[in-house]
Amino acid sequence: MFISSENSPPCFKDFTLVMPAVAVGNVGQLSVDLILSTLNMSRVGYMHTDCLIPMTGNNPYATSNENAEELHTPAEVYTAAELKLAVLQIRAPIIQSKSKKFRQLLVSWIKSSGFSRAVVLSSSQAYQRDDQQMKGIPLRYLVTPSLLKDSEDALKELSWREMERVSAYPGLTDANTEPRLYVPGGGITKGLYTDSCAEDVPLAVLILFCSEGDNIPDAFTLVNHLNDWLHLLDDPSQKPNKWKIPTSWNLLFGSGIPPALF
Amino acid sequence: MATFFGEVLSVYSRAVEEDEEEVDENEEDAEILRELEEKREVHLHWSPEVSESLKSGNKLPCSDFILAVGHNAARFLSVYALTSENWDALGRASVWNERSGGVASEESTCVFYRPKDNPAVLICQVTCYLAEDQLFQWTEKVFDCLQLRQLNVTVLSESSVSEFKTADYLSSSSAPFLRSLHSAAFSGKPVCKSLEQPNIVTGLQAAVLNHCEVHRIPSIVYQCYSDVIGPDSVTMETFKPTLTKLGKSIKLDPSPSADILRKIVRTTNIQSNLYI
Repeated sequence: MFISSENSPPCFKDFTLVMPAVAVGNVGQLSVDLILSTLNMSRVGYMHTDCLIPMTGNNPYATSNENAEELHTPAEVYTAAELKLAVLQIRAPIIQSKSKKFRQLLVSWIKSSGFSRAVVLSSSQAYQRDDQQMKGIPLRYLVTPSLLKDSEDALKELSWREMERVSAYPGLTDANTEPRLYVPGGGITKGLYTDSCAEDVPLAVLILFCSEGDNIPDAFTLVNHLNDWLHLLDDPSQKPNKWKIPTSWNLLFGSGIPPALF
Repeated sequence: MATFFGEVLSVYSRAVEEDEEEVDENEEDAEILRELEEKREVHLHWSPEVSESLKSGNKLPCSDFILAVGHNAARFLSVYALTSENWDALGRASVWNERSGGVASEESTCVFYRPKDNPAVLICQVTCYLAEDQLFQWTEKVFDCLQLRQLNVTVLSESSVSEFKTADYLSSSSAPFLRSLHSAAFSGKPVCKSLEQPNIVTGLQAAVLNHCEVHRIPSIVYQCYSDVIGPDSVTMETFKPTLTKLGKSIKLDPSPSADILRKIVRTTNIQSNLYI
């Protein structure tokens, strides 16, 4: 559950929440890292839960020696009050047997905090796309009915495509198999979306098709798309957008190589 | 995914497991899952006086909680602190998971000790394996028994040096070495360097530190990175700098006799002579 790190609990009323889904390539989480690092957001609380694998470390967004030694936990909430923006970052895998519990925790926290909308940054396995999904940009969106009215115009202007429903058994023409929502590699994305529809939560999901590998370019792609909609950076006309890479992204693929190896 | 040579390989994601789709659970499945979850629960077994005290609503008075996670950390405390007969065994934790054998082995334990002359200090040695889903529970259950006012927590833990990420290649002479991580409420001075980015700490030490951070308890983790897989005297001695801090709360033996060291650190087992 949410525990404030400040002396008084923060107020999230009418804020926009951006959060990642732990999904293929960790793209949502990397995108959130870019947002937190660039906008220099301050932490206001922790999501203290048994649903995530414990991990801890020093400040991943350290800019100097002064703020380097600050402990951070697997799930934390940051805000930028001037943008009416709150960001939840999730840094650890969700314990498999607790994914339903975690989804419920998130949905009830979003509702009780009074966010005006929540945006989930997610990804899905590129190799499992069907023919339709291989067309156009690899971004798809989902939006719950309660957010549809407010965001319809913006989404139309961006010409984004809604995540297609796919048939469960491609190739089989059995009439019983209705096309359904399928987000392979998306972690709790689909569950979170369906729970939010059921509970009338204004939630949107941005899904990027990608594969495992060096997902830094995917993170930039996703966060730029998000910026096209939410205009988080000051100067949207400035191309390319200046996102700041955090120090925690060093050595993503291992330590320095022993010189004697060659 | 098809490869260049025409074979088809399964693609695995680092982040998520395949098959996140929820299977419809029937009553029987739910019952089995419930039983499994119950079996995986962490149980704390305290001595009779402690149990009585806890039952009547009094938490264990504790100003210093010293936790050793792993064989080297546990042996360090055994050699430098627990060798005198000055300690009461206060309780233990029992845990069942996929790695615990049928019979609880002598090697893998989780025991709590308290010095006879200073009941406000608690030492715990954890050498058993705690699964990912049991770490949070262990931490909550243990801290639930402790009086949190003026509590200070010190954790000694270990990890393989292969887990340590650094831009400059670490030659074998640099291991073992210590790094520290502390909660915001900790006001002391660590005895070694702070853990540099992009390194993180996982396991029980992380669960305890998270708990302390969130509940504003001063705490510090000293993690030893070693290039030796098993228990080892050099690794064990790397924790020595922490004696200066620990010595403030518990009576320590700064130079244990060679006999004690020999007893505690066993030589390589015969059955693992495969690579001799």
